[in-house]
Amino acid sequence: MAKKLMKGCEAIGEAAIRAGCRLFFGYPITPQNEIPEYLSQRMPQVGGTFVQAESEVAASNMIYGAAGAGERVFTSSSSPGISLMQEAVSYLAGAELPAVIVNIMRAGPGLGGILPSQADYLQATKGGGHGDFNAIVLAPWSVQEAADLVADAFDLADFYRNPVYVLGDGLVGQMMEPVEFRDERQPIRPLEPKTWASTGWKKDRPRAVINSLYLDADTLERHNVDLQAKFATIRRDEVRWQGYHLDGDYDVLIIAYGTVARVCLTAVEELREKGINAAILRPISLYPFPYQALREAAQKASAVLVVELSAGQMVQDVHLALQGSRPVHFLGRTGGNLVSPEEAAAKVADVLEGRSVEVRHA
Amino acid sequence: MPDRTQAVFGYPSALRDVTTHYCPGCTHGVIHRMVAEVLDELGVRSRTVGVAPVGCAVLAYDYFNADMQQASHGRAPAVATGIKRARPDLVVFTYQGDGDLASIGMSEILHCANRGEKVTVVFVNNAIYGMTGGQMAPTTMPGQVTTTSPLGRDVRLAGEPIRMAEMLCTLRTPAFVARGAVHRPLHAVRTKDLLRRAFTYQVEDRCFSMVEILSTCPTNWGLPPQEACDWVEQTMVPYFPLGIFKTPDGSDRAPRPVW
Repeated sequence: MAKKLMKGCEAIGEAAIRAGCRLFFGYPITPQNEIPEYLSQRMPQVGGTFVQAESEVAASNMIYGAAGAGERVFTSSSSPGISLMQEAVSYLAGAELPAVIVNIMRAGPGLGGILPSQADYLQATKGGGHGDFNAIVLAPWSVQEAADLVADAFDLADFYRNPVYVLGDGLVGQMMEPVEFRDERQPIRPLEPKTWASTGWKKDRPRAVINSLYLDADTLERHNVDLQAKFATIRRDEVRWQGYHLDGDYDVLIIAYGTVARVCLTAVEELREKGINAAILRPISLYPFPYQALREAAQKASAVLVVELSAGQMVQDVHLALQGSRPVHFLGRTGGNLVSPEEAAAKVADVLEGRSVEVRHA
Repeated sequence: MPDRTQAVFGYPSALRDVTTHYCPGCTHGVIHRMVAEVLDELGVRSRTVGVAPVGCAVLAYDYFNADMQQASHGRAPAVATGIKRARPDLVVFTYQGDGDLASIGMSEILHCANRGEKVTVVFVNNAIYGMTGGQMAPTTMPGQVTTTSPLGRDVRLAGEPIRMAEMLCTLRTPAFVARGAVHRPLHAVRTKDLLRRAFTYQVEDRCFSMVEILSTCPTNWGLPPQEACDWVEQTMVPYFPLGIFKTPDGSDRAPRPVW
């Protein structure tokens, strides 16, 4: 199929339809309104269902019901709305239901603002809701990658029977870029029929009960052990990242994800023209986080610089990866402000010339 | 000699033959049985998905012999919406208490009804939070003593009990809304008719349906079962009138302006 110029939010909606999703439940919130708006028009065209829920609380429980009935389903929202969904995300994980949740992040805390942010990193990657669970978190840096990751997210959700976030900053949702949908796409994991789903019991299989309640302590502990084994498999098999200039020599290794990584790449190209060697490792899966790859890539660097649109959240995972083996520096903007290539380049120079103060973990 | 015995009474196939956790004298068991009988009579058990609430009926997924989902507190109508929209061929019902439906889940039940979701809501109103130990509910009666209204519900501070059936009737969307009770055999028979009508409207793809059923909580009311039934009759029925409030054919009891 030919490339089409699309807004990130619209490409996300179209990618979900191409991935076979015919159910969307959502609630308006800026800056992701183009997703429900697009789907309110597109879903009926493909025989699908669009429901504008009364709240994010309701939308997230509607996807619980639909996922429990065995259908591909997704919702989208932005930071405050995602906070309202956290209870349902915990229930999805507890009941082992596959669902895709798109978070086009805006600046917080509280009502915050509507401009781009990456300040929901910890909420997305460390559980967010109550109890021991993790959601898979995929972070696109372009409209094309947003579309690709949405398609992959449905496969991963179905394969692991677990909620999957596509975590984009406001930029990736709002900018327009060429995008291509691959119609011949095959599932990236072997997917079994959903015989566990509640679809009416004809006694040809065990009765389907979608549930996360286990009143007996030992039974609940066994459930948790099983869940943790699943998360361990995810950590082993689903790490995604991309490196830039990692093959050559470099003094500073930049860690950034989403559109911020693109800004950093511009900065790195400019620095390299001036003879300053920097490289980038871009985590694509934020959970599981590429700890091992980061550790290996950092070996060639004298220092590591983390760049985020937050007050410093992913930097905690970078510390976990490096265990103090390299000095870690941080550049972050909040409030909806972006990092410019000049800012990133200047920070690299500061790191190299001793003007930047190392960020220590605890 | 030929066997002339004929079964005239048995266990509904839509109810599992297990011991429930409900307290002695609680009428959840009666209501479970009536719902199961209706599913049997309509022949829809094998395409039914029930949604259990948070509250005393949380374990309903162990009692109904059908596919079930357990919802988070108050969200059963949203979960039911998701199931029904995903699979319109299924018969979907929620089974919710008054804390679940009329307090934390007020938003979900109102909007589910207003969208006209083709699901059936069984709303068990016993005027108290049962599972958590007898706290005040939105439907707790004025002056009723609970663990969080130890001097009795003070309507000046806690407001008056919420009449859910009446509230849903103010919505313009076609629906079947009724209130029954099970504290006397005659009421139980009538309530089963209401449930049959409610599920039939869904099977015919007509409208949203809700049957509110007044129920007992002898444990948390501090009353023996028979006196609990009398309390329903004397205290609840006058405030929560029994009957059909709204049908999809147009009749409703929407309030009118007073001037």
